[in-house]
Amino acid sequence: MPIRRSAPRALSLPRRSLHLPSTVSRRTVLRGAAGAGALSAMGGLAACGGDSGAGSGSITLGSRSGDEAPRQAEDAAIAAFTEQSGIEVEANVSDNETFQESINSYLQGDPDDVFTWFAGFRARFFDDQGLIGDLSDVWEDIGGGYSDAFRDASSNGDKQIVVPVSNYPWAIFYRRSVFEENGWDIPETLDDFVALCEEVQGAGLTPVALGDQDGWPAMGTFDILNMRINGYDFHIELMAGEREWDSPEVGAVFEQWAELLPFHQEDPNGRTWQEAAQSLLNRESAMYLLGLFVGEQFPEEERGDLDFFAFPEIDPAIGAGDLDAPIDGYMMPASPANEEGAKEFLRFMGSAEAQDILIEASPNSIAAHNDADTSGYTELQNKAVEIIANATGIAQFLDRDTRPDFASTVVIPTFQAFLNNPDDIDTILSDLQAGKERIFTGGES
Amino acid sequence: MATTSVPAPPAAGPTGGRDRPARRLRLLTRQDRVVLALMLGVPAILVLGIVWLPALGTVLLSFTNWNGIGPVSEIEFIGARNYTDVVTTYPPFDTAIRNNILFLVVLFLVATPLGMFMAVLLDRELRGTTFYRSALYIPVVLSLALVGFIWQLIYSRDQGLLNAVLGLQGPDAIAWYGDPNVNIWAILVASSWRHVGYIMLLYLAGLRGVDPSLKEAAAVDGAGQARTFFSVVFPVLRPVNIVVLVITVIEALRAFDIAWVVNKGRNGLELLGTLVASNLIGEASLVGFGSAIATLLLAVSTVFIVIYLVTILRGEEQR
Repeated sequence: MPIRRSAPRALSLPRRSLHLPSTVSRRTVLRGAAGAGALSAMGGLAACGGDSGAGSGSITLGSRSGDEAPRQAEDAAIAAFTEQSGIEVEANVSDNETFQESINSYLQGDPDDVFTWFAGFRARFFDDQGLIGDLSDVWEDIGGGYSDAFRDASSNGDKQIVVPVSNYPWAIFYRRSVFEENGWDIPETLDDFVALCEEVQGAGLTPVALGDQDGWPAMGTFDILNMRINGYDFHIELMAGEREWDSPEVGAVFEQWAELLPFHQEDPNGRTWQEAAQSLLNRESAMYLLGLFVGEQFPEEERGDLDFFAFPEIDPAIGAGDLDAPIDGYMMPASPANEEGAKEFLRFMGSAEAQDILIEASPNSIAAHNDADTSGYTELQNKAVEIIANATGIAQFLDRDTRPDFASTVVIPTFQAFLNNPDDIDTILSDLQAGKERIFTGGES
Repeated sequence: MATTSVPAPPAAGPTGGRDRPARRLRLLTRQDRVVLALMLGVPAILVLGIVWLPALGTVLLSFTNWNGIGPVSEIEFIGARNYTDVVTTYPPFDTAIRNNILFLVVLFLVATPLGMFMAVLLDRELRGTTFYRSALYIPVVLSLALVGFIWQLIYSRDQGLLNAVLGLQGPDAIAWYGDPNVNIWAILVASSWRHVGYIMLLYLAGLRGVDPSLKEAAAVDGAGQARTFFSVVFPVLRPVNIVVLVITVIEALRAFDIAWVVNKGRNGLELLGTLVASNLIGEASLVGFGSAIATLLLAVSTVFIVIYLVTILRGEEQR
């Protein structure tokens, strides 16, 4: 058969044809290196931590304020600092997520003289590893401007490690016009809240927006339910690994959550928090439990219509005074190249003057300093000041109050599983507990 | 067959085979030997240093509880606890295994054949071939962030193109990313979209190397298009087929990128690759635990590598 005979002769051909590149270029097919795009997306991770300027007249700042508004705010504050002190600040900026994910290697490598970070457990965790500089002497100068709550959140034991600049409350946001048109009242208790949700459903709206595709927004719901049902102290102890996740107390939180879940948007795991905010903006949802930054999703002219109220009381003995109000601030690594300059900068950022500049340019949070100028605040910001000032307990948010590895590898998957199937609470609890035991006992060093 | 006039036939007589290769070696000058040593040694060192040493390090770390902070001397060994933990207290692991197998099956049965089919179609001189080829290959070139954004626009539950086209709104809408029974298929479509372009390009290059007279001969003998491909072209392309097969297996095992941009590989999108990343990368890396998963992935990959090598070597012997 001719077919048979020709085949063996041809066997030598494909060997040559394996030299793909030459064939490719000859045929002028698109040349792009396969997968290069994937790599470049990861490339940024290692690119933080530039060389320290070393000179006594300059410092470097590692910043996670990559978005436009916070960037402008920080640049304005830096300019004011340089003018005042004569110290140049070189800002090495990465986007928020990249900075957070690489913080570990960043701090162990060649970190900048100061860097942006969070207060609370999430700061102490790195101090316990010996990676953070002591700011107690800075606090002697700036401490008078802060409340005890800020001092506690910025301290690890007796020493201070964070200079807080701003914070923002988590609460239930709504559009005032929507509530007025429908004659809805602000709920004071859980019964009010459930009745309101039923009324909202009757009016054809979704009562509560929820988007948990990124995994963290549902933590806010857990936090507030846990603080309302079990109190602030239990919540903080649970976060610190001193309480059990399969306890009846935590079980009660999930049962309550499962009861409220039908009032939330369906399929939350398939929706980003921005999309959920859009549903509030478009009057499809009536309420949305989120941080003050929800305002970023509202166009300028609609922001006046945005309002919030505290999550209603569940247990009268506990009240409704606890909330999540995460604090953002600046920290110094254990051995910065220019410690004097770094502390000078931190003293400045811990002043009312610097925080006024920051907040003015980026109004989705409020200044941490007691003497900050609130005259330019929006109505919403004033309300935020008030709710935080009257708080009985201030938590930092789940992923800032507990070990970050526990939050990202255990809490997020189990919370998402719960949102998919709220009936199987026992499995959720045992998965959380198993993860807690593994990470809290195994990770100790 | 081999006559004595040929200088160094590989199939020499049974007696002459011993001393001949030795004499040949001595024919090499010193310079030849240095060049040879460099050409073999440098890649060998690179492979050892960049691939096998870190791999070995990963295996070692998988027996520790290191969190990525502090000196290496303080690392504490905890035996096989990470492995038992992975299997017993880490529910995403089972899902990840299932998803990786699903990836393998779908890429092998659907995406790879589709890519080969596209290559065969485009190998014929159609009008606008360059355009079609570019269109199919573009997904491979696009950056990961862009790919994630494109599919978010399509799969978004409330605002996505797909639900709008299907007329699914409100409570009927399908959460393509949110429903853990659906989203892996959504990701498979997105991954296949890239894989098809990749395979197409590889296979097209292979097809270009086929002697056209083979196809002409087959046509003269009365073979149809399909018969020509399966009886002549496909067997001739055996080496390319093997490359394509290996790439398919590798792509399935290291599947990572699109699931990661969607939701960091959670909620039904767990893959071995994303589990390794989410445990290793991050603020407080669980280096030991993540390494245990990586080691398991390495073990699975090794099985496929061994199968591949055995097949290749056996194939070479048969020649």
